[in-house]
Order: sequence, then structure tokens, then C-alpha cells
Amino acid sequence: MCGIAALQLRNPSLHPEMGRLLSSMMCQIVDRGPDSAGLAVYNTPGLVSAGTSTFSLLGKDQGMVPEAIEASLGELLPSTANALVRALGDTTLVTAAVGTGLLAKAITETLPTATIIGRGEHVAVMKGVGHPMQIAADHGLESMAGTQGLSHTRMATESAVTAGGSHPFSVADDLCLVHNGSFSNHATIRRELKRQGVVFDSDNDTEVGARYVASRLQQGDDLETALTNLGKVFDGFYTLVVTTADSLAVVRDPIACKPAIIAESDDYVAMASEYRALASLPGIETARIFEPEPGKVYTWSL
Amino acid sequence: MTTIPELGLRESATFDRATIADIQRAAATGVYDIRGWGAKRHVPHFDDLLFLGASMSRYPLEGYREKCDTDVVLGDRYAAEPLHLRIPVTIAGMSFGALSANAKEALGRGASEVGTSTTTGDGGMTPEERGQSKHLVYQYLPSRYGMNPDDLRQADAIEIVLGQGAKPGGGGMLLGQKITERVAGMRTLPVGIDQRSASRHPDWTGPDDLEIKIGELRELTDWKKPIYVKVGASRPYYDTALAVKSGADVVVLDGMQGGTAATQQVFIENVGIPTLAAIPQAVQALQELGMHRKVQLIVSGGIRTGADVAKAMALGADAVAIGTAALIALGDNDPRYSAEYAALGSAAGFYDDFQDGRDPAGITTQDPELAARLDPVEGGRRLANYLRVLTMEAQTIARACGKSHLHNLEPEDLVALTIESAAMARVPLAGTSWIPGAM
Amino acid sequence: MVTLTADTSTVTDLSTSTVRELNQSLHSAADGQSWTIENPGGKHSLAVGIDADITVTLNGHAGYYAAGMHQKGDVTINGNAGVGLAENIMSGRVHVKGDASQSAAATGHGGLVVIDGNAGARCGISMKGVDIVVGGNIGHMSAFMAQAGRLVVCGDAGEALGDSIYEARIYVKGTVASLGADCIEKPMKPEHLDELAGLLAAAGRDDNPADFTRYGSARNLYHFHVGNSASY
Repeated sequence: MCGIAALQLRNPSLHPEMGRLLSSMMCQIVDRGPDSAGLAVYNTPGLVSAGTSTFSLLGKDQGMVPEAIEASLGELLPSTANALVRALGDTTLVTAAVGTGLLAKAITETLPTATIIGRGEHVAVMKGVGHPMQIAADHGLESMAGTQGLSHTRMATESAVTAGGSHPFSVADDLCLVHNGSFSNHATIRRELKRQGVVFDSDNDTEVGARYVASRLQQGDDLETALTNLGKVFDGFYTLVVTTADSLAVVRDPIACKPAIIAESDDYVAMASEYRALASLPGIETARIFEPEPGKVYTWSL
Repeated sequence: MTTIPELGLRESATFDRATIADIQRAAATGVYDIRGWGAKRHVPHFDDLLFLGASMSRYPLEGYREKCDTDVVLGDRYAAEPLHLRIPVTIAGMSFGALSANAKEALGRGASEVGTSTTTGDGGMTPEERGQSKHLVYQYLPSRYGMNPDDLRQADAIEIVLGQGAKPGGGGMLLGQKITERVAGMRTLPVGIDQRSASRHPDWTGPDDLEIKIGELRELTDWKKPIYVKVGASRPYYDTALAVKSGADVVVLDGMQGGTAATQQVFIENVGIPTLAAIPQAVQALQELGMHRKVQLIVSGGIRTGADVAKAMALGADAVAIGTAALIALGDNDPRYSAEYAALGSAAGFYDDFQDGRDPAGITTQDPELAARLDPVEGGRRLANYLRVLTMEAQTIARACGKSHLHNLEPEDLVALTIESAAMARVPLAGTSWIPGAM
Repeated sequence: MVTLTADTSTVTDLSTSTVRELNQSLHSAADGQSWTIENPGGKHSLAVGIDADITVTLNGHAGYYAAGMHQKGDVTINGNAGVGLAENIMSGRVHVKGDASQSAAATGHGGLVVIDGNAGARCGISMKGVDIVVGGNIGHMSAFMAQAGRLVVCGDAGEALGDSIYEARIYVKGTVASLGADCIEKPMKPEHLDELAGLLAAAGRDDNPADFTRYGSARNLYHFHVGNSASY
């Protein structure tokens, strides 16, 4: 049970403001989920860059100093990879000029117990336990630029209050998913995905949603089709926001009890659990504000 | 297994005569069976626990001389005006509609006489009930029948009901026989129809929205009234933690033996978990959040004796609530109405057709003639007597365990008679140090 | 009706005052007073439980339960309202110039709720006597279990309108995506046209009552019956 705030910036002149705007939105949804929080930022200079893969690992301490991790990755990767390891708040960011598949292997070999919370060419994911705004501050969200961002504050229902259980769940390249609500048949879908060989990191019901979407995308669905299929399989209550390298999607279950409100203007698309999170966005007075219809998939692409 | 050897007859354990009657009834009517009362099947219960009285290693208090306090404060986490009750046995929510006005008044009188609270139900607050109840808890239910801000403000506490033990996840029901003009008027319904109530609140779902709803109720009452959150026992560990996170002052936990005025039998008997199994989970959640005894826990569902009261409190409850037992104290299922129970196809001690409105004892009815059988003053006196007995019995046990306050009973004062109850209550099997399932 | 000039109006700025301070002052208000609330910023529980004949104007958007359990007086929201607008309203008037989120006027017992824009899902759920006039569209499951009162929709209605409805009346000018269980179209008699005209006038609208269709209960679910088992 949670608060969601997501922002896709259509107007490039707002890109430098991404972190500040997302932070101001997130600040208004803290009450909905004071346990823990997570963030995903896209195309943030300094965190990700074109032609390199970035992995976000849970925790700043991976049991090895960054130089040692870099050295190990250097041995496992081509000499041009230029692996770089940094702590950002309580997150470890690993970048290298190789494909994500190769970097994933090298990270797993170097740090077999590390939890990967984000991967791709465009996204960095940060998570923590504690007050959401503290987590945002520790990671320096305010000063981050970017094309889109996603934040989630969590009040855990049935799974543990851990950083690993925080949203977003990012289980495929540049894909992130956050959830407000509670799936009522996730255990069955988890079993089926496991049977197909999907590996899970947490006991969280939302991870099942993320793994399902990733699995559909891998099978060739576009984002909208994947979410339409999710609606056919998942039971329970949900408002979901899914982001990819250049897209933002929102979908609610057919009963649509969990709140969602969207503001759309020439400058941005913003989605939040409550209006107050949108109240301070620039030009909100003239934005088109609406609630997503039940069971309908909304997507916006940059 | 029932047999009649001289006839060579053997009753099936699977298809016993009650089951056969159920199938025959379903085939005849095409509608599921609706009844009152709570779960009738046997489940592990407080009877399966025993207290370890003091002897040499611990010292008992002197019965009748050395004090054993029983008072409890409910709702002092955020509310400016918490309830101060003299005894930790409260009266559970039962609606005017399900019960007659006289029965509601009797509950108020009995509870007030001994300094405890009574609770409204799905159908609003009656003047009789408010007038006769020193401490009245106002239930805030999905249906919001008769709900109004004046009553919320004149209540002593507000209980947001998510569910009840007899039917966690289910909505209310009141059949047409009981929707009289007065009941219909209070609920804004046509007279005589079968009322269906919602199972989910109309304007919030889940703990994040509940937190905002609690905020609204606090604003309405200027942060004076305690806010309880009542759940039917199914996932009490999570529900208790979420109630605390949503800002509740008090958590009310109703086990599957808890009563109902009208619910599908299949629901009563097959959904929810026993009271005994629910308490330790709720207490664990409170302890992990550092909120045990700060957010109070009221437990209901099958409380009958002072021993049950003491056992619930030893497992960590701050207070208990009684419903079915209170109705019995008023005169429900009294043998003096045996002939009339027989005429209804039932018997004293078996009668559970509370939905029918033909209660010979005049309690679960809206029939004026039947309702007149219950004198609210006499009924109140009987209830007060019963509440006094429950309290004295609990004190007797607590003193024997060396406690000067009922709240000082603890799980270590208990052992279990069966492996099931030991596992559920998380106390050792008697004579051993074994708690099945303990880490 | 007393006309209040601007200088008699108390201004509460929620960028500097708390919701608690606002509501406490509204609860101590005397009949005839007037309030203007600035910078509401989508905060929750604004102007909850007003019990005096006062006029309150909110300049901006409100969060959950704006004017919740309203008992007297007039609340105008110059903006949008969140979940549970005027929930359980008893009497008086609440007017939203923008849109309202889900469960608007839920369980309302009386009074009038006017929404100039759209209302979300479950508008008028379990309504018990309130009158609701929506200028735009309403979402799905509106007037679910509606017991009494009138719901007027000048735009379109979403799926399952009036499911399990009791004695409430629904008037829709536009299309209805689908009717819920036991909700049927009913004839517009002169008394209904009169009633609707009165409601539209009270909401300050000039729609033509003749353009509306009336919906209400078929009353088939009033008694449990084996033939209706699919509707439960």
C-alpha cells in the first residue's frame, strides 16, 4: 500500500529540473508509505550514458572496496569496458561500456550475493528503508536531471519491510514497475513463472508483476499489450506505473479502488496517487487533469 | 462415529445427519443457509490452555484481600479523551435491527453498571442506547446506515469496522422480517426488504487510504475520540501492523467463533481463524512495532468465562469483548422458552435463527410482542452480574499467578493441553518446554 | 439570504496554517460567517464536519474527504476535489467547479452536491438521500446500492450504473455504458420532469429536462430468490 509519483518530461528545457520536480511530488505521498522508498531516474547525466550499461545494486557496501570490484570486473570484461563502481546514497552503481548481459554476468561472478535493483542503458534505480525524503536526499535526487523519473513510497502489506522489497522493481533492461494495491493471486503466477525458469529476488507481490511484464516483453509484446495481458492474468487491486527507456504507462485494475491521477500538458505527463503531489508542478493550472479509467492501459512515449 | 448396533446402522463421519439435512435443505430451496451465532465446529480454544498457579517459585496474592486491579485505558495513543474502563470486558458491536431496542438498552445498562463500554452496530445509534450507555463505542461500517456526524461526536470512541470474525471479507445482512418501520427508517431502506450491505467501505480501500480516513474522523471530532480499527481474524499479523501504521488507537480482533446476526453458514464455518490462533500473531505485530500496550488490543470471539478473559489477556490482549455470551446473559436460549424453541424447529441451547426475527427470548427480534418479553432493567442487571462474575473469575486466576493487575498476566503463565493449541497460542505443551513451531 | 461582503470573510492560508487550525476554527464558527481558504494544495479533510450556516470558498484543489460529513452551509471549491468529496453529507450545499475523484457524495444523507466537471468511479455510492448534479461524466459503479436521493448526470455514465440500487433515482442526459444488476430505464412522467427541473435549477444549470432518461430499481433483488442467484 503505497504512494506513487511519476513524471515524464516532454519539454527538454525541463530536463535539468527533473529531480527537483520529482522530489516535490514525492514529498506529498510520503504519508501513504512511510516504511521505505525507491526511485528510478532516466537519462540522468553523470549516472548513465549512451553506449554504456548501468547496474544499480542494493546497498552501498558490497563487501569489497570499489577499486577491487572494478579490478575484478576489468578482468572479466573486454579491456575497453572501463568498469566504474560508485556509491550513490545507499546504492552501488556499476557502469561499463559493454552490453547488459555481459555486465550482469561479470557482476554476478564478482559479487555473487549482490542484489541487482536496476539495469539498462538509461535508468538508475535507488532504494532504501526509512523516511522516503531522507532516502531521496541521500541519493541527491534534487539535483538530478533526466527525461523521466518514478518514485514510490511504501507501506508494506504482507511482504517484509526491506530495501529489497521496495519498489520500483526493475527486472529487465530499462524497465521499472511500481504498484499501489495488493494482488490476490500472485503466488500462483509466481509458481508458473518459476516453472518457466524466472528467478525472483523477493517475496513481494509486485515483483511478480514486474517479472510477468518483463516476460511478456521478452516474448514480443509491446508495453501496452503486456499490460493488457497482465490485466487478464492478475487478480486483486492495483494501480501500476511502468516505465521503459522512453515510455511511461499507467494501468488500474477493473474495480479501480486504488487512487491515481494524471496531469498532462505540452511540457510533461505526471501521475500520482493524490492530486497534492501534482499541485506544485509548473503550469499545473492549465494541464489536463484526469483519473485513469479502470482496466485501461495508458502509455506515453518520448 | 454414531452407530446403532442393534440395527446394524452406522452413520457416516463425512455425511453425518446434519450434513445430509444441509444437502436436503439446499436441494429444496436453492438458496444458501443463512443463520446467526458464530462457528459451531470445534476449533482449538482457550479450553485447551491451563494456568500455572503460583506455589514455591512464585507467590500468590491473597484472594479477597490483596488487590488485583482490572481497569484499562483504551485509546490514549492520539485521542484527547481515551476511555477509562473499570473492567477489561466490553460489549461487542451488535446492531439495533439485529437486536431489539430493549436488548440494546439492556446491554447499555449492564455495561454501564460495571463501568465498561458497549458498542453500536450496523444500523446507527439509538437514543435508548446512547442514553443508557456510559461508554458507547460507535461503529463506522461500510454501509454507513444511520451514520451521522452528530452521533460520531457524541460517541465515546469510533470503531472503524473492516470485518468481523464470523465473516472476514463479507458484508452485512438483515433479512426482511427484521426491517420494520423503525429499522428501515434508520437505515433509509424500504420496509420489509432483505437488506444487503457492502463488504468494502465506499470511500477508501487499504491502509494508505485508511490513514486518510482516520485523519478525517479525527478532524471531525477535533482529535478527541479514540479511533478503533476492527478486523476479522484471518491475517492478524499484517492487519494489526497496518492498523497501527494507519494511525489506529485501538485494534479490535474478532476470531472465527465471534457471532453474527445473519450470515451464510458456509462463511461462518469456513472463513477466518480461531481466536486462540489470532492473538499471538496480533501481539507479535504490536511488539515488533514497539506498540504493545500503547495501541491497545481488544479480542473477541468465544469469550465465555473469567478464565477465557484471563487467558486472552495473558496472551497479550488489553481487553476482551463479548457478544454471544452477553446475549445469553440477557436470556437468549433460555430453557424457559423450550416449548417455543421446539415450535420453531429448534431447542434451547441450539437456537441460531437470529435472522428470522422470531426469537422467543425477545432479543434478536423486532417483533414488538416478543421484544416486550425482555425487560431492559432486568436484562441489564443480569448482564452486570455476568460481567462481575467474569471479572472476579479473572481476578481469582490472576491472584493465583501472583498478579496485582490483570495486565500483568503473561504467556509464561500458560501451558497448553494439545499440540495444536500449543502451536497456535505459542505456549509450551503442559509438562514440557516444547512450543511446536517455535524457532 | 444574507450577502456577505469580502471584508467580513476570514481568510485562511494553508501555506501558513494547518488543516487542524482551519477545521477547529470552522467548528467554532457562527451562522452567517464566511471563510476563504487559499493554497489548499490538495490537502485532505478540508472543511470536514461544518455544522454552522457559513459560506466557505476554497481557492484551489482539495484532497480526500473535502467537506466530508457536511451538515450546514455552503462550500465552494474553485478547483478539483479528491476521493470522497462531501462523503456522508447531511444537508447544506457543496459545489465543485472542477472535477471530483471517486466516491463523490458517498453515503450522503441529504443536501446538494454539485460537480461542474466530471466525477470519478462510485459517484453517489450508497447514497441515502443526497442530491447530486454532475455537469460532466461519471465513472463506473456509480450509485451502487443507492438507497435514496437523486443523481443527475448531464454527461455520460460509466459501466454498471445503479447496481443493486434501492429507491434512489438517476437521471442521465448522455449515454450509459451499462446498467448494473436490478437497475432499469424508467418512464419520465411529469413529476420526474418537474423534479429534474428543480434539481438542475438548484445546480445553476440550463439543461433541458426532456433530454434526460430516468433509471431506477427493478426491485427484483429486494428479496432473496433462487432465480436471482446470478445477481448476488
